[in-house]
Amino acid sequence: MQKSKLGIDFTKVERARSVARNIALDVQVFVDKYTTVAVERTLCRLLGIDGINKDEAPLPNIVIDHIRKNNGLSEGVMFWLGNAVIETGLSPQQLAERIDTGQMDITRLKIHPTEAILSALKPWIDASLNRISERRERREKYLSTIGEGTRPYIYVIVATGNIYEDVIQAQAAARQGADIIAVIRTTGQSLLDYVPFGATTEGFGGTYATQENFRIMRTALDEVSEEVDRYIRLCNYCSGLCMPEIAVMGALEGLDVMLNDALYGILFRDINMQRTLVDQYFSRIINGYAGVIINTGEDNYLTTADGFDEAHTVLASDLINEQLALLAGLPEEQMGLGHAFELNPELENGFLYELAQAQMTREIFPKAPLKYMPPTKFMTGNIFRGHIQDALFNAVSIWTGQGIQLLGMLTEAIHTPFMSDRYLSIENARYIFSNMKNIGDEVEFREDGIIRNRAKFVVERALSLLENMEKEGLFTALEKGLFADVKRPRNGGKGLDGVARKEKNYINPFIEIMKGGSSL
Amino acid sequence: MSGGLYSTESREFDKTLDLRQLKPYGDTMNDGKTQLSFTLPVSASDEATEAAKQLMKKMGFENPQVVFFKELAPGFTFFNCYGNSVHTVDYTVIHVPKVTSTKMDMQETDEYIKENVGRKIVVIGASTGTDAHTVGIDAIMNMKGYAGHYGLERYEMFEALNMGSQVLNEDFIAKAIELKADVLLVSQTVTQKDVHIKNLIELVELLEAEGLRDKVILVCGGPRLSHELAKELGYDAGFGMNAYADDVASYIASEMANRIKHKN
Repeated sequence: MQKSKLGIDFTKVERARSVARNIALDVQVFVDKYTTVAVERTLCRLLGIDGINKDEAPLPNIVIDHIRKNNGLSEGVMFWLGNAVIETGLSPQQLAERIDTGQMDITRLKIHPTEAILSALKPWIDASLNRISERRERREKYLSTIGEGTRPYIYVIVATGNIYEDVIQAQAAARQGADIIAVIRTTGQSLLDYVPFGATTEGFGGTYATQENFRIMRTALDEVSEEVDRYIRLCNYCSGLCMPEIAVMGALEGLDVMLNDALYGILFRDINMQRTLVDQYFSRIINGYAGVIINTGEDNYLTTADGFDEAHTVLASDLINEQLALLAGLPEEQMGLGHAFELNPELENGFLYELAQAQMTREIFPKAPLKYMPPTKFMTGNIFRGHIQDALFNAVSIWTGQGIQLLGMLTEAIHTPFMSDRYLSIENARYIFSNMKNIGDEVEFREDGIIRNRAKFVVERALSLLENMEKEGLFTALEKGLFADVKRPRNGGKGLDGVARKEKNYINPFIEIMKGGSSL
Repeated sequence: MSGGLYSTESREFDKTLDLRQLKPYGDTMNDGKTQLSFTLPVSASDEATEAAKQLMKKMGFENPQVVFFKELAPGFTFFNCYGNSVHTVDYTVIHVPKVTSTKMDMQETDEYIKENVGRKIVVIGASTGTDAHTVGIDAIMNMKGYAGHYGLERYEMFEALNMGSQVLNEDFIAKAIELKADVLLVSQTVTQKDVHIKNLIELVELLEAEGLRDKVILVCGGPRLSHELAKELGYDAGFGMNAYADDVASYIASEMANRIKHKN
């Protein structure tokens, strides 16, 4: 049994975990039966289809729209493409180009047996798997040679809209001490049902996630990693309507961290829950295989719901996200489960409650590189107080051993960070991380004190919330608004029309290969 | 970098407050003391510091002082500076357009609507365009409200619908027609490259094209909006920082009552 500094009752935690497991399994029964347009476009990319047509429509979209129009989505794109490869001797990319010009209908060819289809696709399947493995090995080699920063990793954001400007900001941040650079996506990209192509220089509040932008930034970070003698991770956003497609692009280009949370999309982007849970499963399989750390978005619950009253919903959601990730073969070491420092600064003893929550989360997920989010809701434009709020947030993090520290900026709620804002934030974090380094080893929490009692209370509430959810399932819980005070209907939201039930010919060998590491 | 905090230089200026010549206050009336920070895209050097001081002079600061500098990255230096502003403004002639309704609490507003409007007021709100932030519209509309100010959903006399974020202007108008909305509330949080301005103007233009503009009370809000800017853009009212649901509710109630009075 783990030793808890908080006196947490781990039998209750294990009970909560097994209830979360049942909730996740219930979702999985649904997920296993369905595919989506995004999953199928991802498979196109894994078969080497890339590029855009003369109207700038991505070829994976062209192929999937074609299959859908001919009522073939339920059989899956691999079935149709593999069959067409046998019939025509063309590559998937050549087939996509012919579909685009209307020269080819891959749903009206003579049908071959599944084994023949799979072996016809083997060269492209192997090529993708090899490329992803190579990217993973490249990261591991960097980590074993030049090494990495100490935890909590310092995570900062760049968001200029122009990938080349982002590169300058990112390299500057790395030189100042950042360990993870996240390139914020342009506002609204999560609702696009395609991924834009090529290098981009225009965006609002962020930069388009494209495979070329990923490549440009990863190359720039390799350069600066070698210079600062510390591997700098690159983070992007594998959420929204193109969740698994972004995952595969990141895997192919060696991204290291991905925001990846269906619940976030459902609650805050009004994406249909059926669509995004199916998308999430395949995206997490890819992230797991590629060695990518995922970040979940529970912290956002507290931007709409109250951080004190609803703290248990964050824990409950972390437990569900953990089980959904395990079902996708993603190991605990890659689970950046989310939580946040979002209590009202006016709350007396708020720091103690934050400390309790962070320590509790640490103990319940001992192997996970927890993602700890800074104050945002109560940042007011008073930059001077904001800097102190961020300091308290940093103190909690070093005290409780968080994994990934998304640095707060004193100008939060005013503008996207200036170069100087980022400097001040990194200086703040480094000062506190060094000055308070071993405080967690030195200080214990009083029995029956405020901190221990708070942790106990939150664990109990999370358990009873999960027990209620187990009876009705995750879908119903989301309909009732159990998370973040937001209600979402099962058949509402964006993207539902892109969901299809798998039929008898459906094949996706990547699921088993990537989950188990087995080969064809 | 001498002088600074413990400067003993004499302060020979008039130390009486004159609102016609208002300037910043540090610790002595009319000292003009101002703190500012900025980054220059050059490496740290004596020349860089001198450049910062010259820039401050051009901004209208006497006795510019660089109290801290740090090269953030090669070729970028951050400065913390102080100076004494030479500029003044005439406070006595300033006029800022404001929402002028009397502020009422939730019960007073409900009562006021019952007496003066005589039916529920239909309000729809959204964070429109590509803006994904719901924090503003939630604070004004949601049952729970923000910082102890209950949202419009809690009011008895509002029929309130919060459509959430990333609502297209077209969808927003379609919903307004469907529900016969009296009031449209638009929240804009993201302001990069003035995307909020473009989006707010587009909504007004679409409403005009539909012949709806005069039939609704059109209100916008957000941390970088003001009533003045809202009026300029063709809105009836705008709410900025430190406005809560009761401010918006009071305004809507009295504006509705006004419009009814003028019709009769």
